[in-house]
Amino acid sequence: MNIETNPQAQDAGGAKVRTGIADCDIHPSPRDFEKEVYPFLETRWQRYIESYGMVQRVGFMGGTQYPKGQPRASRRDSFPPGGGGPGSDLAFMRQQHLDPHNVELGVMIPLRVGQQILNIDLAIAICSAMNDWQIAEWTSQEPRLKGSILTAYQDAGAAVREIERHAGKDDFVQVSMLSRTPEPMGNRMYWPIYEAAAAAGLPVGVHAFGYGGTPVTGGGWPSYYMEDMMAHSQSCQALITSMVFEGVFERIPGFRLVIVEAGIAWLPALAWRLDAIWRKNRGELTAVKRPPSDYIRECIWLTSQPIEEPDTRQHLVDAIDWIGWDRVLYASDYPHWDFDDPQQVLPVKLTRAQRDNFFRDNAFSAYGLSDG
Amino acid sequence: MEALSEAEAPAAAILVGTVDCDVHPEPPTTAELLPHLDPFLRESITQRGIGPLTSVSYPPNAPMTVREDWRGEPGAGPALARMQRDLFDGLGVGTAILNPLYGLQVLMSEDMAARYATGLNTFTARDWLDRDPRLRSSIVVPMQNPEMAVEEIDRWAGDPRFVQVMMLVMGEMPAGKRYYWPIYKAAERHGLPVTLHAGSMYRHGPTGLGWPSFHAQDYAANATAFQTALTSLICEGVFSVCPDLKVVLAESGFTWLPGYLWRLDKYWHGLRMEVPWVDRRPAEIIASNVRFTLQPVDAPPTAADLQRLMEHVGCEDLLLFSTDYPHWQFDGNHAVPDGISATQARRMMIDTPRATYARLSEVMS
Repeated sequence: MNIETNPQAQDAGGAKVRTGIADCDIHPSPRDFEKEVYPFLETRWQRYIESYGMVQRVGFMGGTQYPKGQPRASRRDSFPPGGGGPGSDLAFMRQQHLDPHNVELGVMIPLRVGQQILNIDLAIAICSAMNDWQIAEWTSQEPRLKGSILTAYQDAGAAVREIERHAGKDDFVQVSMLSRTPEPMGNRMYWPIYEAAAAAGLPVGVHAFGYGGTPVTGGGWPSYYMEDMMAHSQSCQALITSMVFEGVFERIPGFRLVIVEAGIAWLPALAWRLDAIWRKNRGELTAVKRPPSDYIRECIWLTSQPIEEPDTRQHLVDAIDWIGWDRVLYASDYPHWDFDDPQQVLPVKLTRAQRDNFFRDNAFSAYGLSDG
Repeated sequence: MEALSEAEAPAAAILVGTVDCDVHPEPPTTAELLPHLDPFLRESITQRGIGPLTSVSYPPNAPMTVREDWRGEPGAGPALARMQRDLFDGLGVGTAILNPLYGLQVLMSEDMAARYATGLNTFTARDWLDRDPRLRSSIVVPMQNPEMAVEEIDRWAGDPRFVQVMMLVMGEMPAGKRYYWPIYKAAERHGLPVTLHAGSMYRHGPTGLGWPSFHAQDYAANATAFQTALTSLICEGVFSVCPDLKVVLAESGFTWLPGYLWRLDKYWHGLRMEVPWVDRRPAEIIASNVRFTLQPVDAPPTAADLQRLMEHVGCEDLLLFSTDYPHWQFDGNHAVPDGISATQARRMMIDTPRATYARLSEVMS
């Protein structure tokens, strides 16, 4: 199966020789926050962080109430030999991931730092600093890597300004949000962000996680990390429902959405359900002009990881048939523990077109990149 | 109107002896309920001017709450006559299991909720079960207090027409939490399945992102709530503690199940050190202990797609036939979607309900 990670090197009949894969979810992190990010932060925010931390809608200074399964939720072999946390050393990332897996396009999504900090001015400052950090430490040094514009999306105006500050730079391929927003994602408080993203020609990439402050289930707070992880797919179902029914896709032409790290196989049944409910509630859903499945099919992409693993692998092919082979983007989630290896991720026989779409071409379409 | 074309399509026949596992009696008016309430609550209602407990889960005039051609004069008498006409005579259902939807679970007072529950179950017995031998019912319990819920189960368990215990899928806490275990143990002790029905106590917004704008979103959110409730039941180890307990997910949809199980099994492989009491693959536990009612089907666009989906579901014993009457889930007599085989239809209409509800055979045979 190594053809997927080194595809078409000998494409005798093709017009062009393609060289690598697109990995749509890579997590970089600062090796030394003070050294790397402080230069982009005013002194008052440096002092603030030292005194009060970066508190979100969660009771621990360090974040989650659900201890992870592994240190830093990362592969145990992803800690760079020279020190620093997983994803903090570009040379090691090249050596461990980008080179051996022949990653031609790597989409970075910084987590843990910035978005949804309760002190909104701090959130704005950190998001801005982290965006400058992505350019300084990563995209300016490694052309295969592209960044995500972090936004303090509780304040749509600030988020729009940050998007506009970076629009047109080829360092960034999307605007980043986290799935667990304080209000459902279709609410109009967020529309200016979607409009700004569309105007900049960028999709909004929604990564699982975040601290919206409400329980991840409609029935309260679950007990275990496993439940919290499982529930990311439900959160994404809720946010798609919200965006479709509030008419976001109808109102904002050109708006594109990429759902990151929530798996994929739940999407077809959601679309079928929303179609059935829409047909019976047209009087309420006045902004929704077409069946929900139309908007989902046209405006939404999903990254593959963590890919579902049915016993009968062909069933996953059925699921992608329903989603659309032009809609699923390969993602590894490097350096995290539930990394999907490109050589193992789809252990079924694929057509050339399916393989090209999944591992490369869909990403270029979703991010609006010219086909290199 | 697209309803017509669906209604005109050939529908799989409903077999003689079919059990409809999710049917809703019309919620009682306050006047209908009053005679069945204990004197203290009856006086409170009058003195305090407490209105009918109508949950926002099912706004009475919303299109899906009652199918247009199944609407009519209010009151249990006319509603039962309609049910006899539409469901038993019209569709050919043999036995109907009632899931009474009345907003008592939304109340904040445990005591008041418990009194309402007793009154509602009494009303169901007198004004519905006594009037048609084809009816069975769920025991509605005050989820606000598991101890009181157990008392309510014990109160009705001796009446074989009550065939299961009913909770709402969205409670104060996820369904698997230890807080609720006394309810599951009591149900298991009496040989009663527990059904989690669509709906919420509204202690939280019905989505993981808070409160939605539209009823359509609230209704859509039930499917995700069933998914997270099932995750909770599995992860907390409810079926390790109550191995004989059957849980029925009612009005849950089921086309989400295969993809959900692939994900759940994968996470169990990766994280089972966190929940060591889950000693079997979640898909196996669900195959042995959890059932799903048919409607709403949330079907894929074609019969061929549904056949593929049913292959993904795999297990032939997971579905229980339901119409969800009088909720509007299908048009005409199209209760069974195209793509369900004759064998699958027979199992969900007769075999699986009988295997799930031991009490059906007791009274029916």
